[in-house]
Parts: sequence; C-alpha cells; structure tokens
Amino acid sequence: MAKVTMTVNGKSVSGDVEGRTLLSAFLREDLNLTGTHIGCDTSQCGACVVHVDGEAVKACTMFALEAEGAEVGTIEGQANADGSLNAIQQAFQDHHGLQCGFCTPGMVMSAAALLKENPKPSEAEIRHYLEGNICRCTGYHNIVKAILAASGQDVSAIAAE
Amino acid sequence: MYEFDLERPTRVEDAVKLLSDSVESQPLGGGQTLIPTLKQRLASPERLVSLTGIDSMKGVFTDRGGTLRIGGATTHAEVAAKAAYPGLSELAANIGDPAVRNRGTIGGSLANNDPAACYPAAVLALNATIGTNAREIAADDFFQGMFTTALEEGEIITNVTFPAVRTANYQKFLQPASRFALVGVFVAKHDDGVRVAVTGASNDGVFRWSAAEEALNGDFSPDAVAGLDVPDGDMISDLHGSGAYRAHLVKVLTGRAVAAA
Ligand SMILES: Cc1cc2nc3c(=O)[nH]c(=O)nc-3n(C[C@H](O)[C@H](O)[C@H](O)COP(=O)(O)OP(=O)(O)OC[C@H]3O[C@@H](n4cnc5c(N)ncnc54)[C@H](O)[C@@H]3O)c2cc1C
Ligand code: FES
Ligand code: FES
Repeated sequence: MAKVTMTVNGKSVSGDVEGRTLLSAFLREDLNLTGTHIGCDTSQCGACVVHVDGEAVKACTMFALEAEGAEVGTIEGQANADGSLNAIQQAFQDHHGLQCGFCTPGMVMSAAALLKENPKPSEAEIRHYLEGNICRCTGYHNIVKAILAASGQDVSAIAAE
Repeated sequence: MYEFDLERPTRVEDAVKLLSDSVESQPLGGGQTLIPTLKQRLASPERLVSLTGIDSMKGVFTDRGGTLRIGGATTHAEVAAKAAYPGLSELAANIGDPAVRNRGTIGGSLANNDPAACYPAAVLALNATIGTNAREIAADDFFQGMFTTALEEGEIITNVTFPAVRTANYQKFLQPASRFALVGVFVAKHDDGVRVAVTGASNDGVFRWSAAEEALNGDFSPDAVAGLDVPDGDMISDLHGSGAYRAHLVKVLTGRAVAAA
C-alpha cells in the first residue's frame, strides 16, 4: 500500500492504495463518488471520463498513484455552488440529452473539456470530440444539440434534421 | 490485475536502474494499451516504472533546419497541438479519442508496435531515429514484425527525431469500433526520394511499399500508383475486412496521400 494525496472537486483528499488501484476505483470505492461510471472497464466507452489537471482522461485507464498531487474533477463537482445545474447539465436536461443516463457523467465531463478548449464548436467538431463516449441508448443527436445549446449556439439547424 | 508496485521516477537514470534490477519490471507510458493488457492478466510484472513523471522525456522541439524531436513520454495531444511538421500533428490529432490522446505517448505507441497503430507508419516513412537510454535506432531497423521491436529488455524510448522533409501526408481509414486504422498510409517526399509506409494491413506489421516508392520517385502523382499491384499474400484478413480489401485500400490511400501531400 502507498499513500496518495490529490485534490478532488476542490477538496484535498488522501488514501492508502495499491499500485494497481485505478483512479476510478479510488474515486468510487474510497471516496464514494459513484457518479464516475464504469461502462466497459476496457478503455472504450468513456463513461468514466474525469478531468485530471484540466484534461479529460478515462479514470478506468489511469492508476490512482499517477494522480498524486493532481487536481481531479468529477461529475459531482460540476453543479454550481448553490447546487443548481451548470450550463452543460441544464442543456442536457432541456434538450433531452439523456435517456437511461448511464453515459451522461462521461458525456458532461467530455463536453466541459471540449468547451474549455473550443468555446463555440461546430456540430462536426462536437461529434469528433465525442468519439470516445459511447451512449448505449444512442441518443447522440440530442447530446450534440445540448452541447451546441450550452455553448450559446443556435440548435434549430440541427434540430430540423 | 495481479498485484504490482508502481514507481514514478523523475530521471531517466533512475527509471533504467529500476528496470534493470532483479525485480521483474515493465515501463508504463500513458497506460492506454498496457492497463487494458494488465486487466486481462496478459502481463504480470512485479513492478511498473512510470515514465510520465520524467520531464526530460516530454516535449516537442523544432530546430531551424526543420528537424523535429519529440520526447518519448510526450502525449499524442501535445504532438497534435505543437508539432509544426507535415502530417504529424494531424496523425496525432486522430489517434483514438481525446481521453486516449491526453494520456497515450509516442514512446508507448512505438514500443508496442500494434499492427494497426498510426505512429509506426510516420516513423518509417519519415526515416526517423528512435533514441533510447542506450543508443539510436534507425526506423528501418526498429520494427521487427507485429508487436515486436529492436528494443532490449528494460530499454526505454527517450526521444524520436524526425529529419526535415519536403512534404508528407498520412491517410487513415478508420476502423470505427477500435478507432485504430483499418489501413493507414504515410507518404513522405525527402530530398533523396519518396518513402511510403503502410500500417493496419500486413500480418508482419508496418511495412514499406517499395514498388510505390519507385513509381513515385519517377512521377509524384496519384496516377503513378493507380496501376500497381499490392502484394496481398500476407495481408491481414479478419471480420473487418478481407486481405484483398485491405490491399485495395493501400492503393487508394496512397493515391490520396500523394494528392494531399
Ligand atoms: C480506445 C483506444 C483507441 C486507440 N486508437 C489508436 C489509434 O487510432 N492509433 C494508434 O496508433 N493508437 C491508438 N490507440 C493506442 C494508443 O495510442 C496508446 O496510447 C499507445 O498504443 C500506447 O501508448 P501508451 O503511452 O499508452 O503506452 P502504455 O500502454 O503505457 O505501454 C505500451 C507498451 O509500451 C511500453 N512502453 C511504454 N512507454 C515506453 C517507452 N517510452 N519506452 C519503451 N517502452 C515503453 C510498455 O511497457 C508497454 O509494453 C488507442 C487506444 C485506445 C484505448
Ligand atoms: S469504463 Fe472507462 S472507458 Fe469505459
Ligand atoms: S443515455 Fe443511456 S447510455 Fe447514454
């Protein structure tokens, strides 16, 4: 066992982990932050996407010890300070961007990373960026709409399709 | 996963020492290939030596002559953002997905030598040199068949150097489920001739298509390759595409790369 310390959603946390402990397991099992979902556990689906030092990564494909000293952001840290949904989350609700909701934490975390580096992405750019996020309910159309809306863009063009 | 210790050295010498002592150890790059492998229990090292904490192995540097050097632990995302060099930043920007690109490294990709990986085609066509903690290895000597390279046990890729090139282009035909290349072709025009490297197609891993190189040396145009035969004997044949289909793609993608270069 080794001690690991990191900042998760603004709070400093530490724990004892094995070398093989995944970041996803540390978040879910040690910190009880179960919003980070495990869809595949084989690096394919993106349900486990979190931010490490501001970058989208698959928490199932990184060891907890590799996040030593890092700033980690999860879906639990996305809402506004007063507990209301942030712009991306609200847009997912408004545009019916989720059905069962299993992929949604990863979708929202990927969308947040995209909008940080590209505040007004085109529909094609959104689809390209979301290549690693799989939705079993196949609700991609409304997910793309939600992200366009969250970035302050007109969704009527894509909505008409 | 079986149990192992994870070490995060900050200097190449320390990593090399850890990799060469009596504990059975393996380097860890971005983990985008190795972690899934460990989960399947296809590897069982006693210790992983992470290379991503070694600052001297990270970064993208261009010199005035047009030579590009990339640290072995540099992520695909950083190459995509910073490599001012024909074909390479586009190649890196289309590997897998953003989360894979934020962790996966050029050194890990080359050491793994997956038969469908993108970087091996670039390194072979661009005649790059692979720098390790011990030596420099020419691209033509580095790739030795799928998942096999010239690397010795415990040897780590510290950097990759790409010589200046006149023009180059990479065409990837996406295998949408894996997000790897079903077939990928990298064409590079150097002062002393054209090099064409093909990934995703052959059971022997990445290879140079010499007939196309000869034809393009005479006439650097898509028409020059249109009439050539691609040897389809050792092409990969699987549920995603037959050998003949892949051979056809090799020709089409080579033409597209020449047109776009
Ligand atoms: C969903 C998905 C899609 C992908 N799509 C593509 C794609 O389109 N094209 C593509 O090319 N790749 C693709 N990949 C693979 C990706 O590029 C990996 O990042 C890469 O193959 C391995 O790099 P890594 O740094 O993650 O290495 P790791 O997984 O850490 O290591 C891989 C192997 O290399 C060794 N190693 C690592 N670093 C070094 C080093 N510096 N020196 C010596 N040995 C080292 C390790 O011991 C291990 O054997 C994809 C992966 C995933 C999960
Ligand atoms: S659970 Fe991590 S990518 Fe699917
Ligand atoms: S909403 Fe069900 S998996 Fe995406």
